[in-house]
Amino acid sequence: MLKNLCQKMFGRSLWVYHANSGGCNGCDIEVLNVLTPYYDVERFGIKLVGSPRHADVMLCQGPAMRATARALRCAYDAMPSPKLVFAIGGCACGGGIWHDTYAVLGPVEKVIPVNFYIPGCPPRPEAIIYGVAVATGLVDKKVAPVEFKQLEMPIPRYHPEDLRGQGEMVVYEKVEKL
Amino acid sequence: MSIASKLKEAMVGLKAGCVTLDYPAQPRPVAENFRGRPIFDAQKCIGCAGCANNCPAREILVLDVCQEIRILKYLGRRCTYCGRCAEVCPEKAITMSHEYETATNRIGDLRQRLELFMSTCQRCGRCFKESSPLEQLKLKGYRFDDLENERWIFRSRSYLESEPVVEDIQIELD
Repeated sequence: MLKNLCQKMFGRSLWVYHANSGGCNGCDIEVLNVLTPYYDVERFGIKLVGSPRHADVMLCQGPAMRATARALRCAYDAMPSPKLVFAIGGCACGGGIWHDTYAVLGPVEKVIPVNFYIPGCPPRPEAIIYGVAVATGLVDKKVAPVEFKQLEMPIPRYHPEDLRGQGEMVVYEKVEKL
Repeated sequence: MSIASKLKEAMVGLKAGCVTLDYPAQPRPVAENFRGRPIFDAQKCIGCAGCANNCPAREILVLDVCQEIRILKYLGRRCTYCGRCAEVCPEKAITMSHEYETATNRIGDLRQRLELFMSTCQRCGRCFKESSPLEQLKLKGYRFDDLENERWIFRSRSYLESEPVVEDIQIELD
């Protein structure tokens, strides 16, 4: 549903606003790298604008800090609807290394709703382009949750049927199978 | 500005060519020592929780739901791909993959969850430090006074603040 909405609403071009709410500047550099001729995202119509009032998409970097959470919320409210929010980097997705300290409130989704997550510290420019391509429906997302459950106690045992002769001796050893 | 300089400029422009990568259409390989998303191999994992102890972002959680089952959760939200979990793993069950295209619209997609059988320690029953002193006593082999409800019964009433302490001395004198 969100994808259809994206393709309908943001079909032509995305104007992005780049909000750093207390990150370390690593993700900012990667976002600027995306705009360089090597990873030229203007071929997708993506353009960096200076004001949230002109923007369709907000690129959030850095965690929601105690000092900047309010400003981030104001910037989000200033964006005209429909709007998308991308959380770029480990800080914006999950709060970062200092997620439990005084100044850090947590991930930006505590303050504003987030539509797309691009984890990494910092994410590669390719990862950011991939996130944008997922949002605009060019490619499909690759990750899925992995769940594993052991059903049997994995103890290597002695199996009498595996007795084997070795020279004059008979070897009876523990094998890796259950 | 003469026409010659314009032509020279055009020549320079033609010589440079196009440097833009055709990225989402063409795959882009990474360097050999690139560290991407850690992948947990459940067949090799012994559940020692060394990765959880060493994770600087506290992103690997270990839960013991009962005596035998240990759940190891990797959430991957704020993982910095530092590779300390892969380095500390004694069984080399964690590998840092080259996977970086992890953009998603649900943060739960990054989760990996392993549910492992654990052996019970013969001496302590459970191999982790208990918090309260009473629990530590229990580990050393002291038995509960009240076996049904798993609780200790003290003769002294001085543990209750509202009760006077004077009578406890009387009990001890007796």
